[in-house]
Amino acid sequence: MIPISYYFALSAILFSLGALGVLIRRNAIIIFMSVELMLNAANLLFVAFARANGALSGQVMVFFVIAVAAAEVAVGLALIVIIFRNRQSIDIDEMSSLKG
Amino acid sequence: MNAFALVPWIAFFPLIGLVINLAVGRRMGERFSSIVGTLAVLSAFVVAVLQLVSLQSHPDGAVVHLADWINIGSLQIPWAFNVDTLSVTMMLVISGVGTLIHIYAAGYMHYDVRYKEDPGSFTRFFIYLNLFIAAMMILVSGNSYLMLFVGWEGVGLCSFLLIGFWYSRNPDGTKGLLNSQAAKKAFVANRVGDFGFLLAMFLTFWAFGSLSFDQVLPNAASVDPRIIMAITLCMLIGVTGKSAQLPLYVWLPDAMAGPTPVSALIHAATMVTAGVYLVVRSAPLFGAVPEAGNIVAIVGGVTALFAATIAVAQYDIKKVLAYSTISQLGFMVAAVGMGAYVAGMFHLVTHAFFKALLFLGSGSVILALERAHHPLDGHHDDHHDHHDEHHDDHHAPFDPQDMRNMGGLRKQIPATYRVYLIGALALAGLPPLAGFFSKDEILTDALHANMLVWGLLTAAAFLTAFYMGRQIWLVFFGEARTKAAKEAVESPRTMLIPLGILAALSIFGGLINMPVLHPLTNWLEHTLGHDFAHATVFNFGVAIFSTVLALIAIYVSWRLYGRKPLLAGEADPLKKRLGFVFTGMENKWWVDELYDAVIIKPYRRLAAFLADVVDWRFWHDWVHDSVIARGFGAFARFLAEPVDMGVIDGVSKGLAALAKGLGRGFSLLQSGYVRNYALMVFFGVVLMIGYLVFSS
Repeated sequence: MIPISYYFALSAILFSLGALGVLIRRNAIIIFMSVELMLNAANLLFVAFARANGALSGQVMVFFVIAVAAAEVAVGLALIVIIFRNRQSIDIDEMSSLKG
Repeated sequence: MNAFALVPWIAFFPLIGLVINLAVGRRMGERFSSIVGTLAVLSAFVVAVLQLVSLQSHPDGAVVHLADWINIGSLQIPWAFNVDTLSVTMMLVISGVGTLIHIYAAGYMHYDVRYKEDPGSFTRFFIYLNLFIAAMMILVSGNSYLMLFVGWEGVGLCSFLLIGFWYSRNPDGTKGLLNSQAAKKAFVANRVGDFGFLLAMFLTFWAFGSLSFDQVLPNAASVDPRIIMAITLCMLIGVTGKSAQLPLYVWLPDAMAGPTPVSALIHAATMVTAGVYLVVRSAPLFGAVPEAGNIVAIVGGVTALFAATIAVAQYDIKKVLAYSTISQLGFMVAAVGMGAYVAGMFHLVTHAFFKALLFLGSGSVILALERAHHPLDGHHDDHHDHHDEHHDDHHAPFDPQDMRNMGGLRKQIPATYRVYLIGALALAGLPPLAGFFSKDEILTDALHANMLVWGLLTAAAFLTAFYMGRQIWLVFFGEARTKAAKEAVESPRTMLIPLGILAALSIFGGLINMPVLHPLTNWLEHTLGHDFAHATVFNFGVAIFSTVLALIAIYVSWRLYGRKPLLAGEADPLKKRLGFVFTGMENKWWVDELYDAVIIKPYRRLAAFLADVVDWRFWHDWVHDSVIARGFGAFARFLAEPVDMGVIDGVSKGLAALAKGLGRGFSLLQSGYVRNYALMVFFGVVLMIGYLVFSS
């Protein structure tokens, strides 16, 4: 049996990588993927705890997260496609026209 | 069957007469006004007689409740009429003498309004007279001190109105304000007395919890005598005002400015006796503290002598009678002060008869001279303008009231002379006239009660006989000293008939409390109780002594004025003999001047000081301008500059600047770069989680 702290560490590494990706990359697609990475780090932890505690609610939660993430990806990619059509670029730093 | 329920009509009949005269009297003419006015009082007299008849079978009387007046907590004052032997005695005197004077006034005022060139005032006179009768009836019939006070103030008002009846003239008929000033003086002097009476009422309510006679008087013994002492002394102040006793008597001589019927009715027969009535009514209170009674008796005795000395040296026929009235009121007050309540009431009644007679007689004398001085033609109103001019040159130099302008009138006006002589002898106290019995009863009581008062009253009685003798000699004997006196015209029958009736009453009035039988004593005993209404045994010693004294006084007056009559322009023979004393008496002992110097002048100076310095200079100029106006200006500037422009504007401007600065600062965060926002969210979450992790 692999101890829970391993999962914890793996999940923390994955989450940090995702967060780092969101903060330092400029490509919208990459940022998107990093967000997915963070979500899955959380999913991993949910599943690990569910397994360790013998409760199903953590696993049910993961299903919800996956479903919401799928919806998010659909909307997010659609937005990126429209932005690209308008600007021929998906560099996130160029999308600052809402600045006051 | 008794007539007690009718008693409110003694006040309502005069009020009805008043209302009729007020509404239509002027339009209907003199005859109508005088008949309505007289009938109103005559009806009241009939009601009073019915009360008298009813009291014969029910001597304890009754209280007739007419309406509720004041009903506050424990203070219950109904408008109720008190019928008992005392109040009915007063009602009979007021309405009886009042009726006679109304009849007389119908004749007298007919001429007076024409001499004063204001015939329209005839009705006004009867309105005031009826109002007076109504108020006086309320005074004597009220069953509480407050109802008594209502009447008390009512008669004071009527007195004021009637003294100032010719308000735009002087007493000698010229244009001026002296009559109005006399009216004002009477009102103010009475107000001082009323103040005392009010204090007495407040104390009574405080001590007894009620103002009604039947709750106060029987409980006199249960209250601290010192409080009763204070009540009675405050009442005495009221008595000195209304009944013209020292020190407040000064208004009564000036009150002679009113028409003569008024002097007879109000200032001799009825209103001025209200104070005596008040003391008699409050007999249980005065009886409870003999010291208060003594003070009252001494005030009365001193007043009697003091006023008599002044009466000796007056030349105005009505002024002599006015001081005589003060003196006789002194007799009554002295009597009731000594506890001789019946003697006081007896003298009140007989004095009402003979003093009304004397005043009306003097009015007849005055009118006789006035009519001789400038005869009225029958069509006065048609020749009004013509008359006016001719009138004013006549008026100024001739005073028809000055006895030095009279003399020898017994030949010209014999009827007036005869009744006047009867009145004078009754006042002098010669037997068997009314004044003899009443005065002797007072003197006898005084002899038993208080020798000092007896001495004062006996001296006053001597002077009374003397000044009445002097008056008779000066007015009716000797030779006419002026043309008017030579041609004096006898008064009309409307004036002589009341004089005749009053003369008869002055002769036989003594019978109402004649010695041995004492009908008035027995009559008043029903109200006053046996303690306060004891019969005085007739004392031959006192009677003979005072009769001899009166005869000596008349003889002295004959030696001075009768044997060698005064000639026109000659000085009073007494003046040579008494010198300075006579000057003092002639000038009324300078009491008016004393009051003027001690009270009125300082009061005026105080008023002027308050008006000029305190009100105007201090209050208006300094306080208003400097303190209020300037202070408010400074305060407004303070509010405007430092407070409004500084603090309040500073706060709002500061808030605006703060908001603006904050906005500018925070807008720097809005870089527009999504990564910046994400970084902030990241650090925010790290901070929150760090807090949650490390704080627990």
